[in-house]
Amino acid sequence: MADAVPLAATSPVQTKKPRWSRKVKADNIAGYLFLAPWIIGFLAFIVGPMLASGYLSLTKYSGFGDAKWVGFQNYDKIFQDDLFYTSLYNTTYFAFLGVPAQLLVALCLAVLLNMKVRYVNVFRTVYYIPTVTPAVANVFLWVWIFNFDFGLINSLLRLVGISPVNWLWDPQIVKPALILMSLWSVGQQMVIFLAALQGVSEELLEAASIDGASNFRRFIRITVPLISPVIFLNLIIGIINLFQTFTVAFIATKGGPINSSLFYVLYIYRKGFESFSMGYASGLAWILFMIILVITAIQFYFAQNWVYYESGGAPS
Amino acid sequence: MVDREEKYIGSISGKIAAYILLGFGALVSLMPLYWLVMTSLRPAGAEFTYPPEWIPSSFHPENYPVAWRRAPFWLFTFNSVLVTFLATLGTLLTASMAAYAFARVPFYGRNVWFGLTLSTMMLPWAVTLIPRFLLFKYMQLFDSLWPLFLPFWFGGGGFYIFLIRQFIMTLPVEMEEAAVVDGASRVRIFFMITMPLTKPAIAAVGVFSFIHHWNDFISPLIYTNREETRTLALGLRYFGDEQFTEFRLIMAVATLMLVPVLVVFFAANKYFVSGVALSGLAGR
Repeated sequence: MADAVPLAATSPVQTKKPRWSRKVKADNIAGYLFLAPWIIGFLAFIVGPMLASGYLSLTKYSGFGDAKWVGFQNYDKIFQDDLFYTSLYNTTYFAFLGVPAQLLVALCLAVLLNMKVRYVNVFRTVYYIPTVTPAVANVFLWVWIFNFDFGLINSLLRLVGISPVNWLWDPQIVKPALILMSLWSVGQQMVIFLAALQGVSEELLEAASIDGASNFRRFIRITVPLISPVIFLNLIIGIINLFQTFTVAFIATKGGPINSSLFYVLYIYRKGFESFSMGYASGLAWILFMIILVITAIQFYFAQNWVYYESGGAPS
Repeated sequence: MVDREEKYIGSISGKIAAYILLGFGALVSLMPLYWLVMTSLRPAGAEFTYPPEWIPSSFHPENYPVAWRRAPFWLFTFNSVLVTFLATLGTLLTASMAAYAFARVPFYGRNVWFGLTLSTMMLPWAVTLIPRFLLFKYMQLFDSLWPLFLPFWFGGGGFYIFLIRQFIMTLPVEMEEAAVVDGASRVRIFFMITMPLTKPAIAAVGVFSFIHHWNDFISPLIYTNREETRTLALGLRYFGDEQFTEFRLIMAVATLMLVPVLVVFFAANKYFVSGVALSGLAGR
């Protein structure tokens, strides 16, 4: 929305009314100068590459020499590619199971950290530490923790008499294992939930307990609706992130065993940077973009049924 | 977090239950980290003893220098520090410039640009991966450190702009208006008044950016190739491939890599959480 030109700025004495007063003109120049780096970056590193990616997906290109126009041939091949469906299945499975699990854990931790006790700040810091651990270090660590013979988890299982599990090398278990591992890095979602919980009105909760509502009931009936916009935000961002899972599969499992952790972006990487089929990989990337776009749109559509916005409460 | 009078839980049993829950969570949170450090101190070969020892039978801090000498880790550290510093500097400067424009300068098309900025947060990075790689190759910047920090001198990213913009919106405009009356330019107001007042948000973004670039694995993997251009995150991976059986050495380097992150995180912890809270991100 264009900002209204102040009335006083247009002087009635002038015969020819200037379109913009000097102040408005100066503001426009200043605004675009301050925004210039971002606009250049937006065009050079986002819009440009997006369009280039769309063009490349219609070509055969190895990264060297010229791109050869092939029309929709890449897409034809992709839709007959078994590994495309495998990676799409793995990624969807991972995202649809992983995001709810992550959000549930993050919310539970946030509720814990929202308890009114002394030194709770120390715990807030401690709970966040796993999230700041470098992903590479984290992956190596967890490969070790998941180790069949000498790993931490199996030794704990043996301690309580459960037979050890071949976490990363069983095609049935590897995806749940990676989801389990990801539950240690939900600090970002946790902090966002925590900030939202702190915004929940005490008066409302107290009124409910005077009416005899139990803690659990208060949580489900009052807290959850009040923080639903933030649940929605975490849901959207979580789906987008998990659909692009890469590092853990790239280092720890290399997509195995028998492609059961071949995630979509890992497949893009292999096609683009290991087989040098840049056109094909760009096609894969565009399909991913479309899938994420559709999923996000569907979530926005259903959001009106369960996301609660306080009237007039939108500050931005 | 949000400053307000905390009403502590009153009953003794309530307090005890709260601390037991919090303590259990902390134990589970820190378990992997404990395992990381303990493994790094084990004697050679003791990674592969059964059952695994919770406390190593003997401590071997000499694993650290041994691990550090396996690869040019000083060089990798230098690369990581350089990239992290330059990328964070660029992010802080250009993201707050954009945020200032969105928060304070009424210009034509502002809401459209702001909407575009927000929408970039939902853009999957995987889509721009290949063309970006080709762009840097075309600019002859492939296999240098440039692709790792240059893009961040152009706005730094939608999330950071949003965070700082939300914070500036909460600041009173009176001081800036007074400066305008005194004839100060926009640039002067931005650097002398707005930036200093925005310190909490800028600190939060600085920490986010530092941790992101220090830990970043994918960009170095795509844009660099030679050993001379490796960052720590990437160097650790090659180290792992070659010495996959010597977990205690990998864990030693991983521990060292984690130290600066923890230092920054603890130092700026206050801003880290409050920056998110104050941004109104969670405030509906």
